[in-house]
Amino acid sequence: MTTVHERVDTFHDNDQKPVGYGRMLRKEDPRFVRGRGRFVDDVRLPGLLHLAILRSPVAHARILSIDTSAAEASPGVKAVVTGAMLAEQGLAWMPTLSNDVQAVLATDKVRFQGQEVAFVVAEDPYAARDALELIDVEYDVLDPVVDARRALEPDAPVIRDDLEGKTDNHCFDWETGDEAATAAVFARADVVVSQDLVYPRVHPAPMETCGAVADFDAVEGKLRLWSTTQAPHAHRTLYALVAGIPEHKIQVISPDIGGGFGNKVPIYPGYVCAIVASIVTGKPVKWMEDRFENLISTGFARDYIMRGEIAATRDGRILAIRTNVLADHGAFNGTAAPVKYPAGFFGVFTGSYDIEAAYCKMTAVFTNKAPGGVAYACSFRITEAVYLVERIVDCLADELGMDPAELRLKNFIRPEQFPYTTKTGWVYDSGDYEPTMRLAMEMAGYADLRREQQEKRARGELMGIGIAFFTEAVGAGPRKNMDILGLGMADGCELRVHPTGKAVVRLSVQSQGQGHETTFAQIVAEEIGIPPDDIDVLHGDTDNTPFGLGTYGSRSTPVSGAAAALVARKVRDKARIIASGMLEVSVADLEWDKGSFRVKGDPGKSVTIQDIAMRAHGAGDLPEGVEGGLEAQICYNPSNLTYPHGAYICVVDIDPGTAQVKVRRFIAVDDCGTRINPMIIEGQVHGGLADGVGMALMEMIAFDEDGNCLGASLMDYLLPTALEVPDWETGFTVTPSPHHPIGAKGVGESATVGSPPAIVNAVVDALEPFGVRHADMPLTPSRVWDAMRGNARPPI
Amino acid sequence: MQVTMTVNDVEVTREIEGRLLLVHFLRDVLGLTGTHSGCDTSNCGTCVVWLDGEPVKSCTVLAAMAGGHQVRTVEGLAKGAELDPVQQGFMQCHGLQCGFCTPGMMMTARALLNRNPDPTEAEIREAISGQICRCTGYATIVRSVRWAAVHEANAAAAVTETTESPEAGEIDNAGRPAGSVV
Repeated sequence: MTTVHERVDTFHDNDQKPVGYGRMLRKEDPRFVRGRGRFVDDVRLPGLLHLAILRSPVAHARILSIDTSAAEASPGVKAVVTGAMLAEQGLAWMPTLSNDVQAVLATDKVRFQGQEVAFVVAEDPYAARDALELIDVEYDVLDPVVDARRALEPDAPVIRDDLEGKTDNHCFDWETGDEAATAAVFARADVVVSQDLVYPRVHPAPMETCGAVADFDAVEGKLRLWSTTQAPHAHRTLYALVAGIPEHKIQVISPDIGGGFGNKVPIYPGYVCAIVASIVTGKPVKWMEDRFENLISTGFARDYIMRGEIAATRDGRILAIRTNVLADHGAFNGTAAPVKYPAGFFGVFTGSYDIEAAYCKMTAVFTNKAPGGVAYACSFRITEAVYLVERIVDCLADELGMDPAELRLKNFIRPEQFPYTTKTGWVYDSGDYEPTMRLAMEMAGYADLRREQQEKRARGELMGIGIAFFTEAVGAGPRKNMDILGLGMADGCELRVHPTGKAVVRLSVQSQGQGHETTFAQIVAEEIGIPPDDIDVLHGDTDNTPFGLGTYGSRSTPVSGAAAALVARKVRDKARIIASGMLEVSVADLEWDKGSFRVKGDPGKSVTIQDIAMRAHGAGDLPEGVEGGLEAQICYNPSNLTYPHGAYICVVDIDPGTAQVKVRRFIAVDDCGTRINPMIIEGQVHGGLADGVGMALMEMIAFDEDGNCLGASLMDYLLPTALEVPDWETGFTVTPSPHHPIGAKGVGESATVGSPPAIVNAVVDALEPFGVRHADMPLTPSRVWDAMRGNARPPI
Repeated sequence: MQVTMTVNDVEVTREIEGRLLLVHFLRDVLGLTGTHSGCDTSNCGTCVVWLDGEPVKSCTVLAAMAGGHQVRTVEGLAKGAELDPVQQGFMQCHGLQCGFCTPGMMMTARALLNRNPDPTEAEIREAISGQICRCTGYATIVRSVRWAAVHEANAAAAVTETTESPEAGEIDNAGRPAGSVV
């Protein structure tokens, strides 16, 4: 455990060798700054046709008829396809990642506004859009279910009548922890606090919308699909299972991806439509959704209505946490989470605290809203879990009259308790929480901030200080209990060292901006001593990379990063044998010196990894039993998740005249274990913090009572700009993961998980003079204004 | 209809539909795919290019309206092989992650520096406030633009330029020569 305050990482080894971990500029940047990124919409193929999708204008309706004749006659149109036509091929429905089904094109009913109803293929995108206007659909409009609380009422309209025997809108029930033991602890506790909390529906809204270019070659029988996917291999397997195209005849290419944040994990109807269109027309077909389509139809996030309860002693010892959740899953259960975890990893709602009992009961329902549920950098619902626990701990601090930092420090799991099994069964691998919390408080000048707040309150100014401390569970996951539709969550990695000592690494994960081409080159460089500039990183092409489940849930470094380190060690082991032959000593007499093997006690005798690479491919003799070449492949199955943690402190000022919240400062101290590239880590944290500001203060996908989506453009769904966010203050501690080969834990979603409760806690703290104990996100001026006047109310 | 304009110093003439947007003209007709399209409502700014030296959102400009005018895109930002200081700054200060908003951000940043060579952090934030980045949280974009401003000021003062210059070190918060692998 080392604690470092300043933003400077030290060399991993104090040998000044320019390989391995540390701040290295990104290898991918030269193409991006020249405008030469290769995004899906940049793909151009001869004879390319364009696809546009007709979407439902209403949330719930029976389709009576569809007339496509005028659209078919429109100039430039090559095909118009409806659900009925897909049904003839058995393609009208597709499986979701949660073993539900979702309509590719609606056949019987539309179940949310924006649902796919028909598509047009035309010579250019404008002609395709023109023709959409000419499709005549007759709807019999039904009552929609917009409010999850309404979904289970006996007279609620049944949304999923496509499911045999379905007579209600129940999606699933789930529970974790010990109900009776928790009830017993609550019964004897000095203090019990309960609070209703809403985590509203939000949307990841990556700057690049979703899209695909499908090119089916009827002669080869091969489908090439350029697609905005975070999980190209998983998608390939699913296309094989759904469309019946043999898996070796499908090549999914995920080129540069313009942000994902979970939005690009599911398979969307548009991808399937593009594939069908290419098969039907015999031409390559491009589908790129616009922003309206992205916001109204693709994977949303959150939408949890929660009641949190916390039991404690009078002196502030937290005893138990209990929660009841109503989860809105939209019209189809499209949650992208390991099969045995229908609520994702919400089970970590016990947070970073050593408690006696915990229990969660959850009911999930169908509503007339877009499907999705796990997205927006949520680490499989840990955003919701951390928000719940960190908000309810603040409510307890308020009830006890204790400082929220002091309350947290008093209840942290202690370092000697790791590995720590929580009351909901999660085994936290390592952690040392107090130094992280203390560092954040020191950076913030916590005591001074509290003094400043007191002075300001005396003057009638509204200043708030909010704390959140989180523990994440990332790097899914051990294949014994984690799979997505039967595919184990392990990841492959292949490393080839070329004769001249340059190398190529092939990954199963797929960057959406995380800088894999740099980070993974550094991981391999650290292990094998080849400079990262001499290592090319390939990813995102299923024909050229090993199988694995892709990038989401902060799993790239915990899973694929481990694979990269281990495959490099495997290559190094072979290099050692070759080196022993070259130096004519036994392998036991060699020591590794980051880039070369030298003879123990005779440092003048050594060979570099580059020399060894040439020998491995050369004409000279190799040691007995050693094959030529210098390459290896592995598939890494993590033994456990990794558990990064962090302490966040937010300072807000609220204008009492307008109720506008201004985030003045944000201090984030993250512990993601071993740090590979601190520049990239800082960038990941910054981005997540901005997400948190958006969710806490601005973003919500709202619906009116008719099921109209009120957040379907960036004029209505507000994302933070440079004016809404402060200059971030970041720090770190390092508690390596004991089971990860290099001790790394993953950091991609930490800040998105940890920042919303810090901001909400700060706003509620600022509003203390008004007697406000809780206010739900998004804390827009009008909602804060209402809270200041005693009218705090849930957003849904 | 026929439209003629100068794009990145090259005059081009093409037959187009009157309704064609400038962003689609650049991307689909000229193949300049560095300019992106992200929202259709002028909110995101991934489509920012210059029209006669001023940043505009090319999703809200008809190609026909650019007729007779000068357009510059990200592909025309570097001078041959030499990157513009703004491009260098974005690389040095991690001003980009997925790279989708980056061309528009850089065009706005370059235009800002053209009229204000020494902008404050607040002025930079104001300048890019019509554009959205989902990856960086903006702080590194601000640093990138400052890096470019300092770098250009140094060049103008004919100070010997190396990445070890104190100014570059000030911007590189790792506190060591920017670009070094450590």
